[in-house]
Amino acid sequence: MRIIVSIKQVPDSSEVRFDKETHTMIREGLPSIINPFDENAIEAALQLREEHGGQVIILCMGAPHAEEQLRQAVAMGADQAILLSDRRFALADTLATAYSLSTAIKKIGDYDLLLFGKQAIDGDTAQVGPGVAEMLGLPQITYVRKIQISDSKVIAQRVLEDGYEIVQATLPAVLTVVKEINEPRHASLRGVLKAKKVEISIWKPEDIDADPARIGKNGSPTDVIETFTPEPRGDSQQLSGTPEEIAQALFALLRQQNII
Amino acid sequence: MIYVIEEKCIGCSLCVKACMFGAVKVVDKKAVVDEDICTLCGACVTACKKHGAIVIEKQSREEADLSAYKGLWVFAEQRDGKLMNVALELLGVGRDMADTLNVPLSAVLLCGTDAPAGDGIPQQLIHFGADQVYIIDHPLLREYQTDIYAKALVSLIDRYLPEIILFGATTIGRALAPRVSARLRTGLTADCTGLTIDTERRLLVQTRPAFGGSLMATIVIPNHRPQMATVRPNVMKRLEPQTSRTGKIIEVKDTSLQAEDMCTRILEVIHEADTTVNLQEADIIISGGRGLGKAVNFKLIKELAHAIGGAVGASRATVDAGWIPSYHQVGQTGKTVHPKLYVACGISGAIQHLIGMQTSDIIVAINRDPNAPIFDVATYGIVADLFDIVPALTKAFREKLGKE
Repeated sequence: MRIIVSIKQVPDSSEVRFDKETHTMIREGLPSIINPFDENAIEAALQLREEHGGQVIILCMGAPHAEEQLRQAVAMGADQAILLSDRRFALADTLATAYSLSTAIKKIGDYDLLLFGKQAIDGDTAQVGPGVAEMLGLPQITYVRKIQISDSKVIAQRVLEDGYEIVQATLPAVLTVVKEINEPRHASLRGVLKAKKVEISIWKPEDIDADPARIGKNGSPTDVIETFTPEPRGDSQQLSGTPEEIAQALFALLRQQNII
Repeated sequence: MIYVIEEKCIGCSLCVKACMFGAVKVVDKKAVVDEDICTLCGACVTACKKHGAIVIEKQSREEADLSAYKGLWVFAEQRDGKLMNVALELLGVGRDMADTLNVPLSAVLLCGTDAPAGDGIPQQLIHFGADQVYIIDHPLLREYQTDIYAKALVSLIDRYLPEIILFGATTIGRALAPRVSARLRTGLTADCTGLTIDTERRLLVQTRPAFGGSLMATIVIPNHRPQMATVRPNVMKRLEPQTSRTGKIIEVKDTSLQAEDMCTRILEVIHEADTTVNLQEADIIISGGRGLGKAVNFKLIKELAHAIGGAVGASRATVDAGWIPSYHQVGQTGKTVHPKLYVACGISGAIQHLIGMQTSDIIVAINRDPNAPIFDVATYGIVADLFDIVPALTKAFREKLGKE
């Protein structure tokens, strides 16, 4: 099987600290990581390769220093890594990103399965996977927590708000995965050494015959006009006393505020 | 493009702190922006409001002729013939905006019923604020399937040209909307928590959280139509239903829909019997963490939830430990919830959990550790043993609310 996993470099929000005075998160100077859901996607691809044989190719659109995350993916066990990097790709919204990735995937050519993480923890949109599926004319299954492949078909468990469904599609198909699908492996020492030496292909718009009007800022219908920090929550009140006293006090407070 | 007016810059580094991407540095007491990393999000410009030393110049585009697109649509999501609450919330927020734009508020209903014209749902939509309901009632639309729903919706859009379409940010909305927006090559904003109209530019102004909620972004779609948005459930308010309201029901026949259009097939749907309340639509959530100690102690959480009429949430640690199924998980890799009341029992409050619940109206934290980070976001903090407090709460609520 040839599996392409699309990953994104994101700031590591687990390093975010809380400013106790302003009750807001301190966001300065965060290190970069592979988007956590994309790590699940890489692991899913590696497990499928172990079962069915084949190749795992990592694709990423990002700044030049995203190469570090691509090497991490190779260290986990991926066979090949491609970085789409050029100033013209930058500032893309989800439509332009989906276009750039799907154009690159067309260039890669042959594939059986495209895997994405459910969403990126910075943008939080969950739109790129379905966008790529649309542009390549492929079936999509989102929120996947289990993948079975047989006979050129994928049978996936898709998580719903209150349960799950079992969905079937013919390959090639696009799947976006959730955290509970697996526990991503740590890179082995051997993997890390291999990743140091592997050649990462860097592709520019010309390399994938991308239409300049559809990539980057040019290709982005949405426009961020402002960003701001949300209102901090305000001070908290300690409730104390016996459990019964606390229960009475809390009930009164909630009733007063029309919660119950 | 972005540039620094050096004469105005005092090197205070507020811009450095504001930048999520590490694109701004202060060198020799002046701010310097790395354009390779900068995403033009404008956080630094906002941080430097006082001095105005950082400027972003947007390149002007030719205004496309978008005036043919009129009307505000709401995707009326239904499952098993029942309207989702979020659809009514969308009508609530859409009503005012449609009046501001002076256009009809239309609901779009895709369904497959054996009864005439959608079996009561169109009337419900009108009572909750819709002026019109477009309905395609076709056997192939009985259950949600991405390809056929996208095809039906796109054909309606191409025919009736709405300027705005709103979807609930549910598992359906977040699968369907990006498929449609990509096909139409238009803009889509995800998981909006605020919507208004810029009357001067006749634009939908969308506010939504990024970076797990630690940054809010305001977004517009100036040159493409329709402007599309998925909207977070349980944030917008629905109107009081008025049974006297009347509206137009427009039945559309779509003869192009075929079984071959569907590229995925649902083999089975499993509703987990335990959960009758959808976490994202719940007004009250009682949530359990590692402090519970073992799986069987979730009983305490469930009893309190039952007594107070709430849903059961869980931290990642408890889900990873197998104490409770994963769709109860609240947090960065679980669900983001916004209930009126969130009670965190034995949850320490790691950032990844806070990301999932910190916009709840009232947060009650119960934890033995006074330094637990959960107390940073609590409205009411209770430093005590949850095994004492939770049963006491259950008892009090049972008595006072008269539940069994």
